[in-house]
Amino acid sequence: MRKIYITIFTMILAIIMVFPLIITITNSFMGDQEVLGNYETVKSGEVAQTEKYINFQIIPERATLYQYYNVLVVKNKYIKMFWNTTFIVLPLVLGHVLVASSAAFAFSKLKFKYKDTLFFLYIVVMLMPFQVTLVPNYLILDRLNLINSYQSIILPGIFSAFGVFLLKQFMDGIPNECIEAAAVDGCNTFQIFYKIVLPLCKEGIAALTILFFIENWNMVEQPLVFIKDINKYPLSLYLSNVNHFELGIAFASGVIYMIPMLLIFLYGEEYITEGIKHSDIK
Amino acid sequence: MIYYSFLSNPVNGRFVGFQNYIELINNNVYRLALGNTALFTLISVPSIILLSLLVALLLNKNMYYKEKLKASFIIPLVVPVASIILFFDLLFDTRGVLNNFLTRMGGNPIDWLNSNWSMLAIIIIFIWKNIGYNIVLFMAGLAKIPTEYYEAASIEGANSLQKFLNITIVYLSPTMFFVLVISIINSFKIFKEIYLLAGEYPHRRIYMLQHYLNNMFIKLEYNKLVTSAILFALIIYISLFLLFKLQRKIGRDINW
Repeated sequence: MRKIYITIFTMILAIIMVFPLIITITNSFMGDQEVLGNYETVKSGEVAQTEKYINFQIIPERATLYQYYNVLVVKNKYIKMFWNTTFIVLPLVLGHVLVASSAAFAFSKLKFKYKDTLFFLYIVVMLMPFQVTLVPNYLILDRLNLINSYQSIILPGIFSAFGVFLLKQFMDGIPNECIEAAAVDGCNTFQIFYKIVLPLCKEGIAALTILFFIENWNMVEQPLVFIKDINKYPLSLYLSNVNHFELGIAFASGVIYMIPMLLIFLYGEEYITEGIKHSDIK
Repeated sequence: MIYYSFLSNPVNGRFVGFQNYIELINNNVYRLALGNTALFTLISVPSIILLSLLVALLLNKNMYYKEKLKASFIIPLVVPVASIILFFDLLFDTRGVLNNFLTRMGGNPIDWLNSNWSMLAIIIIFIWKNIGYNIVLFMAGLAKIPTEYYEAASIEGANSLQKFLNITIVYLSPTMFFVLVISIINSFKIFKEIYLLAGEYPHRRIYMLQHYLNNMFIKLEYNKLVTSAILFALIIYISLFLLFKLQRKIGRDINW
């Protein structure tokens, strides 16, 4: 009996957690009239004299794919922004996994001078908010003439400290004996890296890819500062400037924007939790 | 960058000593932003830790659909803020859903995003978004505590409160420390949510240090930007340093 009560109570909390998603998804299936009719008091822009308040409507009266048709076919700027995000995030994540795995290997398994100090610096930089490291980043990118191009977001992202830190945690779990044994058998450092260490921390690499993908799919700060051309904005930034009369479209493009993330969640939840568990600083 | 903070102007500037720092500390906007960031962190971090611990303990109990329910707490972590910001916009609007509820209960409507209440609104969004991370960490920490400890305590006649205080809290403290650090770091990332909800100049109660930095950058006020960035970094560095020291000390006491 107690089990049922606990389940019901947790279920209520869980529903509160997913409620914003449910509303966004169901409302994206409403036609223009229905969306505007529901939320017009809020979005009409003028100070409403009426004592009317809006309410979330969960089930659309007449479900339609009209908004999706609008986003995908008629107004292609949303879909263009979606691709903008993709073009930024894919190279960023791939590059970062490459760089971070080799750097993590060095920090975890190789011996060199000032290793601990250097790693400590890495962590400190990782913990700083983006705005704090903005100036040095900007100066370097400006010198390289990369402002307003995607490289200005991709390059600093590739060399971020997050993956180095996370993968080091995974690699520290690989016993040193494995590596010594490989060295005795005649592997050079590079072979040790890609024949032994990389296959052994596959799980870590999967976790990093997923977590970093999620983090960057959600980016706002970097494009806000480094991209001046609004046509180059990723969708995340653009969605905040949505016109009041395009509520329906905003719901639909919001849903399209989160679909890749929900798919990742569906198939990679265990990697997400594994990754979070390993982000433990000791 | 530290060098720049002592110049009157980053380009061809002359050395002005600590003048930039003094000007900054006397700047009202800066003090407002600093105060808001401090207030936000001081309220949101303890509340998210407490709530996530409670949920983790709850999820540790025996129940149906455990994995599915657990997943729904992690989902907000993966959803891009931009996708659901419209929901919060409609929720917190003056004519929004929350005020609808409030007035029906006989209360007065609150202008959530343009009053001192905006801080609460932001804290709610922060907790919704980040609670999953802490829950995962706490559940991992709880799983590490050997069940024998609880059994032994039961044999010796400890009640559940005693067991919670003397076993769960004590052995969870390394996790607790890490959750604390992560929550503080996440609390500095709140700029994203506020920006998407309220733009570059939100209500003064939620004008954070990050807004200040961002706007100084847009206005090209480089010496203010550099100086405040260094101060911000210093504050974070010092507080983390103190936290780590504290952890070492506590860690020695419980011999974990």
